[in-house]
Order: sequence, then C-alpha cells, then structure tokens
Amino acid sequence: MIWQVEFIILIIVLVLAIGAISVLDLLGAAILFGAYSFMMCLLWAIMGAVDVAFTEASVGAGVSTVLFVAAVFRTSRRTKD
Amino acid sequence: MHVSPYYIEHTLEDTSVPNIVTSILADYRGYDTMFETVVIFTAGIACIFLLRIFRRIEPETRMYRHIPTGITLRIEKGGKFPSGSKEFEHIDSVWVPHSLIIKTTGRLIVPFIQIFALYVIAHGHHSPGGGFQGGVILGASMILFAVTFNLRSAIQRMSERVTVILCSLGIFIYAGTGTLCMLFNSNYLDYSALSGILGVDPVTARSHGILIVEVGVGIAVMAVMVSLYYNLASAGRHDEGL
Repeated sequence: MIWQVEFIILIIVLVLAIGAISVLDLLGAAILFGAYSFMMCLLWAIMGAVDVAFTEASVGAGVSTVLFVAAVFRTSRRTKD
Repeated sequence: MHVSPYYIEHTLEDTSVPNIVTSILADYRGYDTMFETVVIFTAGIACIFLLRIFRRIEPETRMYRHIPTGITLRIEKGGKFPSGSKEFEHIDSVWVPHSLIIKTTGRLIVPFIQIFALYVIAHGHHSPGGGFQGGVILGASMILFAVTFNLRSAIQRMSERVTVILCSLGIFIYAGTGTLCMLFNSNYLDYSALSGILGVDPVTARSHGILIVEVGVGIAVMAVMVSLYYNLASAGRHDEGL
C-alpha cells in the first residue's frame, strides 16, 4: 500500500479526534465523530481488515451519528464546561 | 502454540466457509458472538428502562397540514382535531419544512438499502459482512424512514412491541440453535450435529449453522437499533421524533 495515503489519513484521524473532543458545539462534535469513524474505516480497509472496516462504516459512521444527533436534539446543544 | 495458523489452514475443510473471519466469529468462537449479541440486547432493554415514559401527556396544541393546499394549521387546546380525515396530516410541533424531494428520495432508497442489508447477511460466508453489519444496515433503513417521514408513521409500521419481540427472538434463535446441537448429543453451538435435520453432511451443516445464527444476530441487532432510535429521538415519549 502507498504509505503517503496512509500517513495523510492518519493525520486526518488525529485532527478529527482532537477536534471532536475540543469543540464546544455538541452537534459539531457528533458530526466530527462520524467523520472520524469514516476515516478509521478507510484506515482499516487499507490495513486489510475489511470486516472491521465494514462494521465501522455501518455502526460508527452510520447509526451512532444518528443516535448522537437524536440525543443532542433532545438535550442541549452546548456543553456546560 | 498459536491457534491462528490452524484456523487459516483448516477453515475451508472444517466448515466450507471461504471467509475465515465469519467462520471464526460464528463457529469457532460462537460463545463470544452470542454474548456480544446479549450485550446489545441488554443495551436496548436498559435504554427502554431509562428513557421510556409510559404516561401519555396530551399536547396542548397540535399542528396539522392540509394536504391539497399545503396550509399549516395550529389547533389550540379545546379545538377539534381532524384525526380521521384523509385531507389533514398530523405534523410535528417543532416545525419542519415540508419537502417533497426528501420524502420521495427516502421512499425510493429504503427498499434498496433493505435488499443490500439482506444480501450482506446472506452473503457473509463469501464476502465481508454478516449478522451485525446487515442488522445495523437494516435498522438504519428503518431509521432513515423515521427521519424522512416522522416518528409516528415509523412506529405505525414497526411498533415498540414488535421491536422488543424481535430482539428477544434473535437471541432465542442463536441460543436455541446451540441448545438444539446439545439435544443431538454434541457440544453447545457445534453445528455439525445439525446434519441430521438439515439433510447435509457435517461440514456443510456447519456452514448452514453459521447462516442460521447470523440471521438471529441480524434480527436482534436490527430491532435494538430501531428501539434505541425511537427512545432517544422522542425522549421516551414515542410521539414526536427528529
């Protein structure tokens, strides 16, 4: 596999992870977390673990984002801290 | 001594399943997958216990849309609700714009997602996929329907009772397959014992046993995902969703 692609995806994963825990807007954090899951899915597909990548794409990037957005919709959008 | 070389070399002759991951998950390590499914089931039940509000609170005002003209009506307390009328549509009180494009796209795309989910469950032996992924995709199609239309029409098609029954049924299929193997004088979850009732040789019976178990996992995961969405999106009241 081309190591540059892996490196770029790894950098994006790190940036998204730091963004998801530092953003104050919880809806934005949920979306960033979905993007993070999708990048992890790409990383797993590169490493050859296609089953794990499939699970990550459907559970992490798909359903859990919807559940986070639903929870934010029913609570508050801004964090207290 | 490592067991992984054994799996890599002997999976095809033991279970006639080309995808090693599937055969390890559902056959060699069947206990793990069964209790993973139980974990998901427990999460769904815990979410119901934490969030569900059974006392129905009647809202003071309701919003209706007159379908032929597109006018939105807000009916205050004491007014007459047009409940049975075909011309009025009950909409959520948090106003969402009426979009024909979103509804039509959702209605068109849901059957294809469901077909793909069934393919993922059934084809897990040969390609990546299986019960978990297929069940999540099947649940996601139902959630997509609930998002594009509204929560009430989704609950009309798949009620809360049905979701709870289905997630128990999935666990029951998995555990029941294991018990059936025990009844045929074999170990728990040793599918080769099923060759008698399936009418195939023991190796193919293990492959078929994996399929039966995956269907159980798929049903349970689908029902739990839908139930989680119902409870989270309506804060347990099951009246108005996202």
